[in-house]
Amino acid sequence: MSNILIKIRNLTKIYKMGENEVRALDGINLDIQEGEFVSIVGQSGSGKTTLMNIIGCLDVKTFGEYFLNGIDTSKLSDNQLADLRCREIGFVFQNFNLLQKMTALENVELPMIYKGVPTKERRERAELLLEMVGLKDRMNHRPNELSGGQQQRVAIARALANNPHIILADEPTGNLDSKSGSEIMKIIKELNEKGNTVVLITHDPNIAAQTKRIVRIKDGRILENEVVTP
Amino acid sequence: MRYIQALKIAIRSILSNKLRSFLTMLGIIIGVTAVIALVSIGQGSTRSVTSQIQSMGSNLIMVTIMGRGAESSLSYEKAMDLKDPNYIAAVSPVISTTVTAKYGNNSVNSTTVNGVNGDYQSIRDIQVATGRFILPMDDEGRNQIAVLGHNVAMELFGFTDPLGKTIKLNGQNFTVVGVLASKGSSISGSDDDSIFIPLKTMFYFAKNRDIRQIYIEATSPDTVELAKNVINSKLLKIFKGDTNAFRIMDQSQILSTVNSVTATLSLLLGGIAGISLLVGGIGIMNIMLVSVTERTREIGIRKALGAKKKDILLQFIIESLTLSGLGGILGIIIGYVLSMVLGTAMNIDAHPTLSTVLLSFSFSVIVGLFFGVYPANKAANLNPIEALRYE
Ligand SMILES: Nc1ncnc2c1ncn2[C@@H]1O[C@H](COP(=O)(O)OP(=O)(O)OP(=O)(O)O)[C@@H](O)[C@H]1O
Ligand SMILES: [Mg+2]
Repeated sequence: MSNILIKIRNLTKIYKMGENEVRALDGINLDIQEGEFVSIVGQSGSGKTTLMNIIGCLDVKTFGEYFLNGIDTSKLSDNQLADLRCREIGFVFQNFNLLQKMTALENVELPMIYKGVPTKERRERAELLLEMVGLKDRMNHRPNELSGGQQQRVAIARALANNPHIILADEPTGNLDSKSGSEIMKIIKELNEKGNTVVLITHDPNIAAQTKRIVRIKDGRILENEVVTP
Repeated sequence: MRYIQALKIAIRSILSNKLRSFLTMLGIIIGVTAVIALVSIGQGSTRSVTSQIQSMGSNLIMVTIMGRGAESSLSYEKAMDLKDPNYIAAVSPVISTTVTAKYGNNSVNSTTVNGVNGDYQSIRDIQVATGRFILPMDDEGRNQIAVLGHNVAMELFGFTDPLGKTIKLNGQNFTVVGVLASKGSSISGSDDDSIFIPLKTMFYFAKNRDIRQIYIEATSPDTVELAKNVINSKLLKIFKGDTNAFRIMDQSQILSTVNSVTATLSLLLGGIAGISLLVGGIGIMNIMLVSVTERTREIGIRKALGAKKKDILLQFIIESLTLSGLGGILGIIIGYVLSMVLGTAMNIDAHPTLSTVLLSFSFSVIVGLFFGVYPANKAANLNPIEALRYE
């Protein structure tokens, strides 16, 4: 039995909008084990991004429990959460979220700066990661000199920088044409094959079908937890 | 290492918006320039005034008679009576009047003529360029002789040798026996534009024997206080205890009066300059707040990647410190040049002192820190999700 990396119990997230309450997440129970490749699917507004933000320690729940690698996240301070994001989690966003004023290489170095990796080691690892995503000859380009698919590959390299336990990808192919989209999916699948745990959010059934488990949510609840048979 | 990184980020962000950064720094540049230039010129003129006062001689005592009721002045005898064998070396009453001086076709209007006795030269430490100064025998003999200040001599005689020539003062003939060395202007007025004649000659020339100004030389700097006491008690007796009838001043008193005036002035100038520095600081805060808003998304990304509050805080504080520090350095350079230029123009040594430079630089850095903290704190406390969603 492999290690349970993410353990979510009765997780609820309520947004208060004046008088109204929005239950973005409503009693979620979810376990994800090390090395899994899970997709979370659901309609727009069903709570996927909210769930991912909580898993990524960017946001905090209203009720319920969330253990990351055995750590109760509700007991952590802001600083400790930042540290956890830095070491344990790699984000890949739909809109890439690269820093425009920095080169691809510098963008990949960024998480290592916050971890305190020495300059030389940082540079070497960033180069290695960019090479791995096929951007060896684009290292000193800025995001606006790269195509969408290339930018997303930089973002994946960046997500891997501190060798995190989990890669969280929120619609990583959402802003890409189908060709670059499938290139990105290829890289993500390879990552999982090398042992990375990947949680991927999508509303594209074709993409979800490429993962090993599909979690369907609707109105903040888990509808179905289905294992994809290859 | 964390600081070096923050510094790199700050420099990059400053360079990526050069014009804006420069305009932001301009407030600090102007502030520091103003502080350095104003303080240096203040200090320079204080130094020059101080040295002029000191050059009057530390033994000098000046007595001014304001009078009491009908007795508005001293007689010559009473003035000379202030002499004291123990503490006072010399006494020279002075009577001044204004005349038109003529030599041939050249004339000088409203020139001050001072009637002084033979001791005046040593009391005021007067340097004669050619000829001689007034001697006691000129005074006793009421000789119609005159000693000319440098400028008066130049205007009346040009390059002719004045010695032995006869000039007319308000129509009366005087023989020139000496010309003074040029001293440049001083706070007590310049001797360069004056003419000196014997005091007793003056009595008749001006038809006036009322002494209102007396220069006295103490025997040494140490006896100045004692001499003043002697003079004070004699004058009190003459004016029946009225302390307002006369004023006794010595160099140290003048110095402290001048110093208190210049200190107030310097404080005022420094204060005004400081306010401009403060305004510069508000400019920095303003731009930093704009910068935080503009970079909300960047902050969100950095936080998502694991930046802690203090990383963000450091980044923005170092950015505002770099802006204010750079502005400070530029201000020092410009202020230095400006002080030197103005100092040369005003003929004073307005060399900025190290403490002025350090003080204004640290003030600019403190301003940067003070006005950088609020925006930096705002950035550090941004919620990462909201920041990431910011368009
Ligand atoms: N900051 C917020 N304040 C109030 N309501 C919010 C906030 N963020 C999300 N919501 C609400 O929570 C619900 C879930 O939002 P979420 O962004 O998780 O949806 P999603 O599944 O990611 O949708 P999409 O596929 O469009 O990205 C929505 O109804 C949304 O309106
Ligand atoms: Mg979403």
